[in-house]
Amino acid sequence: MAQIFAYILHSNGVLDDSALELLAAAKKIDDSAEVTAIVTGKGIDDVCSKAAESFKSVWKIDNEALSYPNAEVVRKALLSLLPADSIVLLPHDTFGMDLGPGLSVKLDSAFAADVVDFEGVEGNTLKTIRQEFTGQVNTHVHCDISAGAVINVRPGVFQAAEGQAGEVVDKSGELGDLSVKRKFIEVQEAEAGEVDITKSDVLVSIGRGIEDEDNLEMAFELAEAMGADVSCSRPIVDAKWLEKARQVGTSGKTVKPKVYMAMGISGSFQHMGGVKGNPFIVAVNKNPKAPIFQVADVGVEADILEFIPELTEKVKEL
Amino acid sequence: MEILVCVKRVPDTAENEIEINSEGNDIERDDLVYSVNEWDNYAVEEAIQMVDKHGGSVTVVTVGDEESEEVLRREMAMGAESGLLLTDDAFEGSDGKGIAAILKAAVDKGNYDLIMTGAQADEGYAQVGGMLAAMLDYPYASLVNMIEVGDGKLKVGREIEGGNMEVNEIELPCVLSIQTGINEPRYVGIRGIRKVASVDIPTLGASDLGLDAGSVGEGAARVKRIDYFVPEMGEGAEMLEGSTEEIIDKLIELLKSKGGIK
Repeated sequence: MAQIFAYILHSNGVLDDSALELLAAAKKIDDSAEVTAIVTGKGIDDVCSKAAESFKSVWKIDNEALSYPNAEVVRKALLSLLPADSIVLLPHDTFGMDLGPGLSVKLDSAFAADVVDFEGVEGNTLKTIRQEFTGQVNTHVHCDISAGAVINVRPGVFQAAEGQAGEVVDKSGELGDLSVKRKFIEVQEAEAGEVDITKSDVLVSIGRGIEDEDNLEMAFELAEAMGADVSCSRPIVDAKWLEKARQVGTSGKTVKPKVYMAMGISGSFQHMGGVKGNPFIVAVNKNPKAPIFQVADVGVEADILEFIPELTEKVKEL
Repeated sequence: MEILVCVKRVPDTAENEIEINSEGNDIERDDLVYSVNEWDNYAVEEAIQMVDKHGGSVTVVTVGDEESEEVLRREMAMGAESGLLLTDDAFEGSDGKGIAAILKAAVDKGNYDLIMTGAQADEGYAQVGGMLAAMLDYPYASLVNMIEVGDGKLKVGREIEGGNMEVNEIELPCVLSIQTGINEPRYVGIRGIRKVASVDIPTLGASDLGLDAGSVGEGAARVKRIDYFVPEMGEGAEMLEGSTEEIIDKLIELLKSKGGIK
C-alpha cells in the first residue's frame, strides 16, 4: 500500500476542521495506514506540533514563499518532496480545487474530487463514492492507484478521527525551486450588506424555486410576517436578484439561526455548509428527491410560489 | 487577446428530478433538456466582454458528439467568433485527464493567450481547467470571479470561503476556471442562433489532433464510474401531509414552538 499524505490547512495557528477529517478518510482507505500530515507556511512550529498530536508523522515545510497557501507554489513544493505512487488527500474546498487537478497531472497519478466515502482498496483499485447532480444520485468511482492518486475529500462528511501522536520532520531544506507565474496579492474581505444574516434568529431562505426576481416580494412579505430576515442560496446572488451579503453557504455567510426556512432550495453541500448551530430546518420544495429533505426536520412537497403566499396569509392572521 | 473557452453540453438538472435507469449504469436522460453548462456560459460572457474592450477574438471548443454542436452555436450566438468540435469514437469514456489531453492537443494547434473553462460541470469534479494548465505548463487560477487585463498579465480575483476574494496576478498565457456570478450572461434568442446556423464549425478527431487513440478514451482512463445508485436515505425530514391548509396549520404550530414566529 502506498504512503498516504494529508495536506493540512491552517490559519492563525489553528488547524482547519478538514485536518482530522482527512485523517478519518485515510483510515477508511486503509485502517493500518500511518498517515503523514503535510504543513506548509511560514513560522509554523506551533501548527506542526498540534498536527503531531494526531498524525504519526508531520512534514514541516517552512518557507517565505509559502506564507500564503498559493496553490501554484504549494504544488511545486509538494512535487519536490512527494515520493512516486503517493496517495495525497486534500479538502475539496477552494484551495483543494485549485491544487488537486494540476498536482495529479504533475504526479501522473489518478484524480478524484468531492469524494464522500471510501470502500477500501482492492489490488490497485481504490473504491470511492461520489455524488452527482447536486446529491440526487450517488456513484461508485474506481481509481487505478498503481501510480498513486490525488483525492479531494468533501469537507464535513467524515467525523474527525482521533489519531496517535507522532513527530515533526523538517523538510524545509529539501525544497527545490518555488518560482511560479501567479503571485498572491491580497485577500479582500466581503462587503457588509444591509442586513447581517449571521445574527438572525429566523431566516426565510430563498433558492432557485423562486424562479423570477419579481417573486422575491413574497419572500420578504413572509419574512416580515414572521419577524424573520431573508437570505438566499447562490443562484439568487449570481442572478443579482439579492446582494451577496444575503447568501448562505461556504462561499457566502455562515448562519446560526434557531429556525431556517429553506424555500425552493435543493440543499447542496456548499449551501448547507453555511448552516450551523443545528437549527430547526423547514424545507419546502416541489422535488421530493431534493437533498434538502435529508437534512431538514420538517418537509413540505410543494411549489413555493403557491405555498409561500398561503403561509404568509395564515401567519398574518395570528 | 485570443481567448479559447472550453464548454460542455450537460443536462439541465437544477430543478428536475433525476431517475436512475434500470441497468443502474446511467440516469434516465430521455426527458432531460440539454444545454450549455451554466459555469461555461459565464466564461464565454467574460471572454466576449474582454474582447469587446481589448480586441481579439473568442473561440469556443467542446469535446463531445455531434449533438454538442448546438451548444457551440449557442455560445457563438452570444458573440464567440468561431467554434471547434473535438469528436471521435476514441474519445468516449475519457476521464478528466483524457478530456484535458484532448483539449491540450487543440490548444497546441492554435495560438491562444488565455484559456477559460467553467469552474465545474454536472459531475462536480472541477478538474479539467487545472489539468489542462498543468499539461500546458501554464499558470492556473480556479473559481475566478474578477478579471482585470494588464500588460502581459491579468489581475484575477478567486472566490474563497466566506465570500472573500483572493486577488492574484497571473502571467499570460494562462488557464482560468470561471465561477458563476462574475457577470450577467447575455440572453440568446432563437434569432441569434439562426444567424450563426450556417457558420461552419470545424470538426477534429484524434488523428487531426495528433493524438494516439490509446492515450485517451476508456482504455486510458484511470478513474471510472462503475454505476449510479440511490443513496440509502437516513430518516430525513418529517414530511407534512394533508391539504395545504392542514399542512400550514401544522407548520405554524411547529414554528411557534421552535421560536420561528415572533
